Amino acid sequence: MAGAVNLLVQRHPINSALSLIVVMASLAVEYLLLGAEFVAAVQVIIYAGAIMVLFVFVIMLLNAGEEERTKGSRVALLFGIPGMLVGSGLIAWILLQRSGTQAVEAGALPGPPKTIAWLLFHDFLLPFEVTSVLVLIAIMGAVVLAGHAESGAPAKREG
Amino acid sequence: MVPLSYYLVLGGILFACGVTGFLIKRNIITIFMSIELMLNGVNLSFVAFAAQWGKLSGQIFVFFVMVVAAAEAAVGLAIIISVYRTRETLNVDQVNLLKL
Amino acid sequence: MTPSLHLWLVPVLPLIGAAINGLLGKRFSRLAVAAIALTFCGAAFAMALWVALRFSSLPVPLTDYVAPWIRAGNFQADFAFYLDQLSLVMMLVVTGVGFLIHVYAVGYMWEEGGFYRFFSYLNLFMFFMLTLVLASNYLLMFIGWEGVGLASYLLIGFWFTKDSAAAAGKKAFIVNRIGDFGFLIALFLLIKHFGSLNFAEVFQKIAPMNAETAGAGLLTAIGLLMMVGAAGKSAQLPLYVWLPDAMEGPTPVSALIHAATMVTAGVYMVARSHVIFDRAPTALTVVAIVGTLTALFAATIGICQTDIKKVLAYSTISQLGYMFLACGVAAYSAGIFHLMTHAFFKGLLFLAAGSVIHAIGGEQDMRKMGGLRDHIPATYWTMTAATFAIAGFPPFAGFFSKDEILWRAYASPHGSWVYWLIGVITAFLTSFYMFRLWFLTFFGEYRGDAAGTQTHGSIHAVGGQAGVSVPHEHGHGGIHESPKIMLVPLAILAFLSVFGGWIGSHRFEMFLAPVFGEATRLVAAAPEQAGQITGMEHLEWMFTAISVAAAALGLYLAWLLYQSRPQLPQKIAEALGGFYHAVANKYYVDELYAILFVRPVVDGSTRILWQAVDQGVIDDTLNDSADAARSVSDSVRHMQSGNLRSYAGWVALGAAGVIAYMVWRGVR
Repeated sequence: MAGAVNLLVQRHPINSALSLIVVMASLAVEYLLLGAEFVAAVQVIIYAGAIMVLFVFVIMLLNAGEEERTKGSRVALLFGIPGMLVGSGLIAWILLQRSGTQAVEAGALPGPPKTIAWLLFHDFLLPFEVTSVLVLIAIMGAVVLAGHAESGAPAKREG
Repeated sequence: MVPLSYYLVLGGILFACGVTGFLIKRNIITIFMSIELMLNGVNLSFVAFAAQWGKLSGQIFVFFVMVVAAAEAAVGLAIIISVYRTRETLNVDQVNLLKL
Repeated sequence: MTPSLHLWLVPVLPLIGAAINGLLGKRFSRLAVAAIALTFCGAAFAMALWVALRFSSLPVPLTDYVAPWIRAGNFQADFAFYLDQLSLVMMLVVTGVGFLIHVYAVGYMWEEGGFYRFFSYLNLFMFFMLTLVLASNYLLMFIGWEGVGLASYLLIGFWFTKDSAAAAGKKAFIVNRIGDFGFLIALFLLIKHFGSLNFAEVFQKIAPMNAETAGAGLLTAIGLLMMVGAAGKSAQLPLYVWLPDAMEGPTPVSALIHAATMVTAGVYMVARSHVIFDRAPTALTVVAIVGTLTALFAATIGICQTDIKKVLAYSTISQLGYMFLACGVAAYSAGIFHLMTHAFFKGLLFLAAGSVIHAIGGEQDMRKMGGLRDHIPATYWTMTAATFAIAGFPPFAGFFSKDEILWRAYASPHGSWVYWLIGVITAFLTSFYMFRLWFLTFFGEYRGDAAGTQTHGSIHAVGGQAGVSVPHEHGHGGIHESPKIMLVPLAILAFLSVFGGWIGSHRFEMFLAPVFGEATRLVAAAPEQAGQITGMEHLEWMFTAISVAAAALGLYLAWLLYQSRPQLPQKIAEALGGFYHAVANKYYVDELYAILFVRPVVDGSTRILWQAVDQGVIDDTLNDSADAARSVSDSVRHMQSGNLRSYAGWVALGAAGVIAYMVWRGVR
């Protein structure tokens, strides 16, 4: 949570990125507590390891500097923040009301990777394959988009 | 024993922070990171529910969410790079050609 | 069953002619157009003659069924034509006189623009008129009724570039429509109470009904409403105002439509519906009163008119009054007899007047005529015949028919001496104004200026350039007789005006007896009674003598005022002062109508219907809804700012809304 708040507060994007990494790491710990080791591992490897690295690369590449103070969007502030507050407040209230204080054991999940793998390749085979294709497309798109050097707007492919 | 609702509330707070960041930040990259934050909050809720009901499908779903998030991050950053090339700025307010 | 007579050919032949001329006539030469028009009209006439010749061997009344038309529940109206003595007479008159007028018009309109259009309309008129007289049910008759109104509108406003002509056409049609409204309601009543509009069926159902002596009732209502329609079509009080204005049309039009055929449609309708009228004495009385008053009224206006055609127009109205008077005293065959003779001499009068106008280059004002007797002798003699006929001098045609009406007006069970007296006075006036016209036109010194280069003509001249219709204009200098093609019909009609009445009213009546049934029974009895009651017979001879005397008096007075002492009329006019002006201005009836009816309707239409409803409601609704759409979208478009964060803000707001809704639903 601290990390999340910090992300908001920080001015320099690189600092925000670092605080996001903090968030990821703590989430991984939470997953462990819940007994989802596989997810925790994946979280660290993919999220913190790949995605955030990517972010940092881009920040470095583009030499993103401190944020300037420009005029913001009134609508966003006027509508968005109250909206968000209301939404989250409602959710919180509901959650606290309904779900009560059911306890969850720590490490309760029967989750050896073997079971997960079983599920992944049997029941969820189709989504798995589809997401593979999705990743492939994403790679192609990223290459195309970022591949042109100083030649104006590149032709956008499927993204 | 941690009550389920705590996990969910935490997930909700993360999500809310993500939305706030999306709204108030000016740097495109920071906005993107807020999106990731939102996704993470949702992941947490999924895992929490999976733990409660004892089903593994929640974790599988989380897995997929992560995959999609990765793909999306890749492509999104590529877009940001090309936008930066044409506009020389990372200020989202200046990428407003879509207006009427 | 006798094989079909193909009666439908009689109306349809002119229709074909109208269609050919109307659609293709523009490309034909004048000769071709004329040939087509005359052929089809003549063919109709030939057919009518053929039917007439075979008439005695036909089982009349005869219905020639052509095609089914309306079958709605119990109501049925078909395309079927009806032949009996009455329709035979009408058919012969319409086709015969119509054909002669067609021939005349070829000559008259030869130099006009829009030649093909004119003859197309003329043939169209013939079609509708024949449909009217030959129809076997009221609905088909109504089609003919409306159609002749339409044709008359087209023909009156033939020179439509001229404002007064177009206005006259409109006036004719609109006033007709007012009458038609009454007629329509009568038809509705017929449908409601008798379930049919077929003559045979309706009359069969009415026959056993008793006369309504109480003064009110269904048949009286129907009769009165029909009279309203007849008053509109046949120009009786108070719906006569269109007929004088209708003189804006070319003279053959006036002859055909307003003298010989269309205006007589009302009389025919009343005669055809005599079964109804016989049983509604109140309606009959109304018919008679209207006819009588109209006759007198129009005659008084006629004596002051200066336009030759207007005199004839008012004369027509007056003579129609006579016919309605006849019908109003249940002497239907007398009315039809007068209709026939009137077609002859009034048609002739109009055609001859046209010839006169043509001769002096378009002038219609009688004050500018005079002494034409020597210049246009053929026209002079034919018009003389017609004038004597209309005045009622024996042995001309008009004498027989008019005299019969006057006698019946007194002697019929529905008659009264008042009718007779007014009739005689009107006869006197008729004679007076007709001979006034005669003297002014043909005798004395020529007061006009047609001898020479007259290019502008008269009231009709409007800078006629280009365009389809060039107003009547004859640029040849000098007074000249009309071409043969115009004179031959004049001669034929003159012959009929002289000898046409010799058929005798009694024989005519016997001929029409099968149609007029019980009305004739009274007549058949009358001569015997007259024989027995010698007083009646003497009375009849005396009345005849009186009416001839009235005619002679009119002639004498006209001679006095316009021939021997021409300065008298002016002095009399001055002496009568205001009264004279009232009469000369047609009693200001048109002005009265304008104030009472026309102005409020036009104003109401302008202010309410046009400005308030059309512009205010309809247009503004459309405009306002368009404006509303525009302003809404104008305000909403600000949402699309291109600003990413505001989009995000909207999304967050929306999401919150959805969440709130779901929570709310869940909580309930």
